Amino acid sequence: MTVLSVSDLKVSFDTPDGTVEAVKGVSFDIAPGECLGIVGESGSGKSQSFMAAMGLMPPNGRASGSVTLSGNEILNLPIGKLNAIRGADVGMIFQDPLTALTPHLKIGVQMAEVLRVHKGLRGAAARKHCLDWLNRVQIPEAERRLDQYPHELSGGMRQRVMIAQAMLCEPKLLIADEPTTALDVTVQAEVLDLMARLQTELGTAIALITHDMGVVARMCDRVKVMRKGAFVEEGPVERIFAAPEHEYTRKLLEAMPRIDTGDAPGQVSGKTILDVDDLKVHFDIHQKGGLFGRKVPLKAVNGVSFSLQERETLGIVGESGCGKSTLARAVLQLIEPSAGAVSWLGKPLNEMDRKALTRERKDLQIVFQDPLASLDPRLTISDSIAEPLKTHRPEMTGRERREAVVAMMQRVGLDPIMYNRYPHELSGGQNQRVGIARAMITRPRLIICDEAVSALDVSIQAQIVQLLKELQAEFGMSMLFISHDLSVVRAISNRIMVLYLGRIVELGDAGTVCDAPRHPYTQALISAVPIPDPEAERARARIRIPGELPSPLDPRASLRFLPSKLTDGEEAVYVPRLDDVGGGHLVAEHDPLERLLGRASV
Amino acid sequence: MAIFGTSPKAAELADDITDFTAVRGRSLFRDALNRFLRNKAAMASLFILVLIVGFVIFGPFFSQWSNEEIDWVVMGDVKGMGGPSLETGHYFGVDDLGRDLFARTIQATQTSLLVGLIGAAMALLVGTFWGVVAGYYGGRLDSVMMRFVDILLAIPLTLVLILILVVAGRSFTALFLGLGAVSWLTMSRIVRGQTLALKSREFIEAARATGVSEGTIIRRHILPNLAGVVIVYASLLVPEMILAESFISFLGLGISEPNTSLGRLIAEGAGTMAYGTLWQLLFPLFFYVALIIAMFFVGDGLRDALDPKDR
Repeated sequence: MTVLSVSDLKVSFDTPDGTVEAVKGVSFDIAPGECLGIVGESGSGKSQSFMAAMGLMPPNGRASGSVTLSGNEILNLPIGKLNAIRGADVGMIFQDPLTALTPHLKIGVQMAEVLRVHKGLRGAAARKHCLDWLNRVQIPEAERRLDQYPHELSGGMRQRVMIAQAMLCEPKLLIADEPTTALDVTVQAEVLDLMARLQTELGTAIALITHDMGVVARMCDRVKVMRKGAFVEEGPVERIFAAPEHEYTRKLLEAMPRIDTGDAPGQVSGKTILDVDDLKVHFDIHQKGGLFGRKVPLKAVNGVSFSLQERETLGIVGESGCGKSTLARAVLQLIEPSAGAVSWLGKPLNEMDRKALTRERKDLQIVFQDPLASLDPRLTISDSIAEPLKTHRPEMTGRERREAVVAMMQRVGLDPIMYNRYPHELSGGQNQRVGIARAMITRPRLIICDEAVSALDVSIQAQIVQLLKELQAEFGMSMLFISHDLSVVRAISNRIMVLYLGRIVELGDAGTVCDAPRHPYTQALISAVPIPDPEAERARARIRIPGELPSPLDPRASLRFLPSKLTDGEEAVYVPRLDDVGGGHLVAEHDPLERLLGRASV
Repeated sequence: MAIFGTSPKAAELADDITDFTAVRGRSLFRDALNRFLRNKAAMASLFILVLIVGFVIFGPFFSQWSNEEIDWVVMGDVKGMGGPSLETGHYFGVDDLGRDLFARTIQATQTSLLVGLIGAAMALLVGTFWGVVAGYYGGRLDSVMMRFVDILLAIPLTLVLILILVVAGRSFTALFLGLGAVSWLTMSRIVRGQTLALKSREFIEAARATGVSEGTIIRRHILPNLAGVVIVYASLLVPEMILAESFISFLGLGISEPNTSLGRLIAEGAGTMAYGTLWQLLFPLFFYVALIIAMFFVGDGLRDALDPKDR
């Protein structure tokens, strides 16, 4: 008996450039209580297969084949009949929990809508049912959440609301389309745990669509690897990871960096080129209250000091909102720091006038997260790459410039034939190469990579990391590598700095920080990173620091790992010390882990 | 044969040639043009627009009367003899004073087109400049500049126009100044909003991180990316300007004799329609409606072509 059975499903789209076949005949079955993983990179058609099966296609899409739900054909049913199935028999969770919830409806109202449509429940009965489910997905203060709007909840909570809403009618099948991609690792771990629990308790079948092999290793029983609209390999999860048969699966697994093994590049010693001392960036945030409201400082970066040696890569990790990107922009003086000093080759950057700063910018470059957004859509890629040359070496002739651009394009692995192409004609990986070429063309001495590989597919990500390593070996620049993905950071960094709400909690040699973390936050972070190996992944103990990530506006939040110093006053006055535990390994002062975990049970 | 390749001059020449083998990219404007060409309504409207412009340019060669001459023969009996006819040479008939309506319509269409284009061009220049400066530099300057716009917008457009025409006298210059003075306000708001959105985009940040000067950022990155929105809005502004001018002329202000505009001709035609000289209303009205509708369709087509996301 299968819950969902798909055979020979084909999906195509009519576009002005002709018909695009997104899915080329896929077949699979999902048994009750089973978790099937559909893995593939962007554009492989993994989401489209399920969207088509559920009748959620754009007007220019067409689907053929057969999709049966508990024996009944549902493909291309009229919307009225589909609506009775969607939500009741099949629940769906999407990637972005903010856009998937209607912003103007309270949580309770949107959840109750599902019950009204499918079960005819209304009023107090519906509310009770919703509350019950919010509690089951472990939302703190569930009663209060029912009367809140989606924007008042954090990303993790929103995703839990989505799950609760999808589970309200206790469907037989839950389709999760990249359910944790937009979430931080610790939150991801919690959401995955929740889904696993629902699967075992209620026997719900789960179709998990993801690009992350680590998530698959943790969750799935069976895996289907999808590429270009067709399955290339399928089998039980242990077999796929232990002995992948198809070349593409092997490539995917190899490309995935692992946090538990692999060699991090060792320490390098050289002369210090960048020295950041007690850097602070505070923004004024308006809050309601009083006639005009009041201003509260948001301490995005709150006293960060570090130094960077020549040819060294310093990885900066932390969850969203910890101030990683703000730190990078403050170092580059794109945001004016509120206090502290940034000295570059012994000269204070933050005291320079405009002209001097522009001269220094030749040596300081940045690569951004979104490869498409960081390139001007109206300029050809060669114009974008040449822009720093026009600024810093205006004496170059057009011909010299063109040669330099072509040489750099070849160096970063772009075919010079694409010289006149525009960014929207290139893939994400190619655009990121353009971004790197633009940053490298002036031969800078420091490159800041702000989530430079986060938006890319795993295999592309590995290529870009490799490219950055090669460029570093060739040109000898230093790097600040910012990412929320610890495994990638480990693969490229000499040292790693862990940030928490604008402060350093741990800083040390990459291998040491990942293999023997000292601070409870680092430990929690590392234990939450999924490892692409089902046996190791399922055997691992997870450290969960109780509670949600607090708001950076909360002054008491900074003492989350040092509750013993927390006084009764409004302000947390105590600043945790950074202790050197040996070999330049700095760890912020904290209470013992047992005590932090123990507080949760109280 | 290797000898040919070894001379530096020849190598350079060869390099030059190979440089041009790079694939020509498909720019956003090219994409937009393709979308526009596929839009049938817009293309048909563009064709009508071209016909009207052709009529204005080449019409006078076919006209047997000038727009100032009075045909004394038909003047006495406009209703009976002044109708459209090929024999008298009055293809569109004559107006109430016996002047050739064909020549008058050409003159009026010309005026209306000029008013629309100049009004939109003023809006384009002043509005873009004002909006970019306010949006890009921001802060206090932005507040002051935008409050100024708010204040001007609070005064009704027609009232300002009428005041300007009354104070400065009824002339072409005063009309263009008046239309220009009010048309750029909304444009500057739109441009400012777009600039604010663009300013926080990563590619602008990338340019700033490289040390590109502010002026160059505006010229190289902001303005080209604004072009789509600005063109769309300006194209929709042309018919609006024509409408505004016609309204003013209809009220009896605006352009004065012997000059004329479509609004004025329609007003005159409407005044005499009770006496059985309906052609005096219909001919200018036809050109007017065709012009406005075609303009709006072209503007709409441009919008669909230039920002397909907004549909």
